[in-house]
Amino acid sequence: MSNFPDHTAGFILQGIPHAAALKLMIIDVKLGEAICKVPYAEHLIGNPDTRVIHGGVITALLDNACGAAVGSKTALKGQIATLDLRIDYMKPATPDEDIFAFAECYKVTKNIAFVRGVAYHTDRNDPIATCVASFMLGTAKSTRGEAR
Amino acid sequence: MELIKRALAEGRKPDLQALVDAIPYCRFLGIDIDRKGTELTTILRFDKKLIGNPILPALHGGVVGAFLEVTAVIQLMLEIESEDLPKPVDISIDYLRSGKPVDTYARAIITKHGRRVCNVRAEAWQDEHTRPIAALHGHFLIRPKDRAQT
Repeated sequence: MSNFPDHTAGFILQGIPHAAALKLMIIDVKLGEAICKVPYAEHLIGNPDTRVIHGGVITALLDNACGAAVGSKTALKGQIATLDLRIDYMKPATPDEDIFAFAECYKVTKNIAFVRGVAYHTDRNDPIATCVASFMLGTAKSTRGEAR
Repeated sequence: MELIKRALAEGRKPDLQALVDAIPYCRFLGIDIDRKGTELTTILRFDKKLIGNPILPALHGGVVGAFLEVTAVIQLMLEIESEDLPKPVDISIDYLRSGKPVDTYARAIITKHGRRVCNVRAEAWQDEHTRPIAALHGHFLIRPKDRAQT
């Protein structure tokens, strides 16, 4: 499995306010695969003693990476929504280091997409956390207020 | 954490709002605590930066998950005597409804309190308690006070 230790390129997802607030970047998207990054930041710390990033940041990162992986395969089916997300935390993230997430959408059915993902610093085989998620396809096409 | 150690040394529970305020990420999300005796409700104050889908608009799934995780941790801090914050081992989140751009509330229940691991459930809702927007089920590693030195 190839690793991506030196990702510096990418773009911040300005269209998603929370992604922009985390400075979450899309590093790479291929058909059914996505790599995202959240740079280390003081305001994301979950334990002030150890300066380790909060697990919730990893949740948001993995959710977003999984969503991007699904979107790369199902863009024509309309919007997607997370149905469920399970995360296993393997080890605490290292302070001052950026966190990457790789997600792979390995199955798409008529209504559901199945994804797995991993969060890591430099080596995908030394994960901070792994996740499996399923997404509902073709959800609400209209905005709130209209046809609820 | 220093704040928790000081409280436990003085023989009282740590001030949970102060604890949440001491965690930068909780401040970033905007989490408040409403404690009435042993009943604890966490409040996620709505802010634009919590949006994950601007078209609907809906809260970011990661935000809802993180909020439930914080709720579970705070409930554990209320019920167990630990000098450290519980560490999540695994969490599983069911997304039941999309989160509207309003304040969100959550409560957690410790379903099993083991010696090293606690099993926790949490639910988040917005307008009606009976219509949850998401539910969490997770395991958290704890280090009880008397074992903190080992």
